[in-house]
Amino acid sequence: MEIIDIIKPENLIYTKTKNMTDKHLSYCPGCGHGTAHNITMEVVEEMGITADTIGVAPVGCSVLAYEFMNIDMTQAAHGRAPAVATGIKRVYPDKFVFTYQGDGDLAAIGGNETLHACNRGENIVIIFVNNGIYGMTGGQMAPTTLDGMRTSTSPYGREIETMGSPLKITELIAQLPGVHYVTRQAVHTAQAVRKAKRAIRKAFEVQKDKKGLAFVEIVSNCNSGWKMEPVASNEWMVEHMFPYFPLGDIKVNGKLK
Amino acid sequence: MADIKLMKGNEALAEAAIRAGCDAYFGYPITPQSEVIEYLMMERPEDRTGMIVLQAESEIAAIHMVYGAAGAGKKAMTSSSSPGISLKEEGISYLAGSELPAVIVNVVRGGPGLGTIQPSQADYFQSTKGGGHGDYRLYVLAPASVQEMVDFVDIAFEVAFKYRNPVMILADGIIGQMMEKVVFPEQKPRLTDEEIEEKYGDWVTNGKRNNKERNIITSLDLDPYKQEAHNHKLQEKYRLMQEDELMYEMIDCEDADYILVAYGSSARISQKAMQLAREKGYKVGIFRLITLFPFPSKELNELAGKVKGFLAVEMSAGQMIEDLKLAIEGKAKAEHYGRYGGVVHSPEEVLEALENQIIKG
Amino acid sequence: MTEELIIAGFGGQGVLSMGKILAYSAIMQDQEVSWMPSYGPEMRGGTANVTVIISDERISSPILTKYDTAIILNQQSMDKFESSVKPGGTLLYDPNGILVHPKRKDINIYRITGSKISTQMGNKKVFNMVILGAYMKAKPIVQLENVIKGLKKSLPERYHKLIPLNESAITKGMENIEIVQEI
Repeated sequence: MEIIDIIKPENLIYTKTKNMTDKHLSYCPGCGHGTAHNITMEVVEEMGITADTIGVAPVGCSVLAYEFMNIDMTQAAHGRAPAVATGIKRVYPDKFVFTYQGDGDLAAIGGNETLHACNRGENIVIIFVNNGIYGMTGGQMAPTTLDGMRTSTSPYGREIETMGSPLKITELIAQLPGVHYVTRQAVHTAQAVRKAKRAIRKAFEVQKDKKGLAFVEIVSNCNSGWKMEPVASNEWMVEHMFPYFPLGDIKVNGKLK
Repeated sequence: MADIKLMKGNEALAEAAIRAGCDAYFGYPITPQSEVIEYLMMERPEDRTGMIVLQAESEIAAIHMVYGAAGAGKKAMTSSSSPGISLKEEGISYLAGSELPAVIVNVVRGGPGLGTIQPSQADYFQSTKGGGHGDYRLYVLAPASVQEMVDFVDIAFEVAFKYRNPVMILADGIIGQMMEKVVFPEQKPRLTDEEIEEKYGDWVTNGKRNNKERNIITSLDLDPYKQEAHNHKLQEKYRLMQEDELMYEMIDCEDADYILVAYGSSARISQKAMQLAREKGYKVGIFRLITLFPFPSKELNELAGKVKGFLAVEMSAGQMIEDLKLAIEGKAKAEHYGRYGGVVHSPEEVLEALENQIIKG
Repeated sequence: MTEELIIAGFGGQGVLSMGKILAYSAIMQDQEVSWMPSYGPEMRGGTANVTVIISDERISSPILTKYDTAIILNQQSMDKFESSVKPGGTLLYDPNGILVHPKRKDINIYRITGSKISTQMGNKKVFNMVILGAYMKAKPIVQLENVIKGLKKSLPERYHKLIPLNESAITKGMENIEIVQEI
């Protein structure tokens, strides 16, 4: 088959979702953000809710998410995405609203907004990308940085005694009655991507059924911040991040696993 | 007889918000303005007009909820008092940067810090010079009566949407807590989602329709040249506000030798001081600022050529006086008088200051 | 006509609501009013006061230091506000709990044993209405019929049955006011 035949619509087995723009991703090669964006946008397209979905971008590496996600998007102040999403959802209860946040945005500066949006059971989806470091600002310590892990603000390794333990905010918010669905996923293998996409789909279904808040954590890598090759960073993630942040569903149908 | 009510400024403002067709109020309680959210919660506007009321977890969350709703094209508002407004400044800067319409009410109390719950006008700088980071201005309205707490809500929303800029209603503990006669306008209907799409479809994030480009609400532009151009656009808006939206009131200024310049409750107190002064034979008038930004520089400058002196009366250590002095370019004497930190000056004290600092000074 | 009035006493005596009823009554007479309370944590049990201004014209300052009339209901308020009555003005007080009686010679002074009368009426809650009645006798600015109208407008329907009781308390106040001095 010639190329000209391959690109005929009837012969394509995969195309980029129209919900992603053609802009070059600003993420480092090997970073999980691009995949996380892509599967989120695929879900929105597949559910046929593109015209009714409003995304909220955070501050952090994914601050420019609105450049890549081809839907109506609002960029929020650092940590305030759950409050901004609350504002939108309350005035448009029948539209789909989601936030896309990193670990600094969601678990540190926005901890309070996260906690209370979850506690109110805001009928939104929160997608939380946790790579244990502040990527955009140059590799500083995050609330989810592992014990002993080196970052530019924990150059001798995270010291639990003075810096506290890595925050399992996902387990924390799973306790709240307003939260209907909580899961932790990854996007480092094809299989993981498929599972993560199913989880995001389920999260948007929860919103569709008006059952409360749906929270999807995606444990990801930061090869730049971790100062590793992409493949090595994924291996390191499996070896070190997953034991502390184990993958799988934490709360389903309002019931803790 | 029209339907006259006796109401506190805070409660009247809350009722006015419902009647102005406001879509959403997000707030957090703080003295001396908690009656705003208390009234709204009691009144259940969702049953009356569909207006949403939500008590947020903090002033910060409240202003960002406003940001979300405003970005979706809805009439959203919040209210607080000084320490709470400081918390909101982050969101206010974002609203200005992203060019979103919203109404923020500050029922000012004494500061700095936790300060006191008593009335003050010490947030003038914060309100008129931006307040948060970056080069931006709010349109600032200063009500001096309970009736104006009502009337200014609708004006605030109109200006906010006309310019896509946040508007502040700067009251104080006196205006918020006092009861006066008040007449309410008829209920304005809330805009339907279709009307919002029709009027503001080119910028609101209410879902990307198939037949239009998607919308993005952001204050970010990493390219400094683009950010500079964006700033030029903002400055042009502020210039237009100066031209078209300036409001002030001149009381007995025609024959006046001396002018008391004041706003809000200080303007009311000054009016009594003016009466006392006139009884003593001094020709005193009042220039009442209604908008604090834009500031009536040209008008005060013209007046400066005709009078002997100005006394800026404000419950602060002297903030508005700076704008007054810049406006009159030294054409007449201008001094500041005011009690502050939560202490309210009396009409007699204002008169005494006028005599000592301007007339005899 | 402008009446600048302060009502001062303990929180819980009905100081603020008495001011409100007075203000409502003046509205019924088509007059301008302002009602400015002291506010804050002192309100329960501590001292409470409210400045009420009734006028035929637009009201200027809602906050004053000199008053045409002071209604004083405890000793702290007597200490604070006796000197604030304008010369030729009026001071009305309840002697209950007052140790140091007013000494001014240049003002009208009236007394009303509101606390005693309301106890005798078997309802201490009408205390402030007895005081209001005495005030209306001393300074006939608001008319009884307008007070009743004001009560009807400001009270929720379920309390309207209490209006006759309030009216008789006002009448008691009018009947029992004592002149201490008139200048």
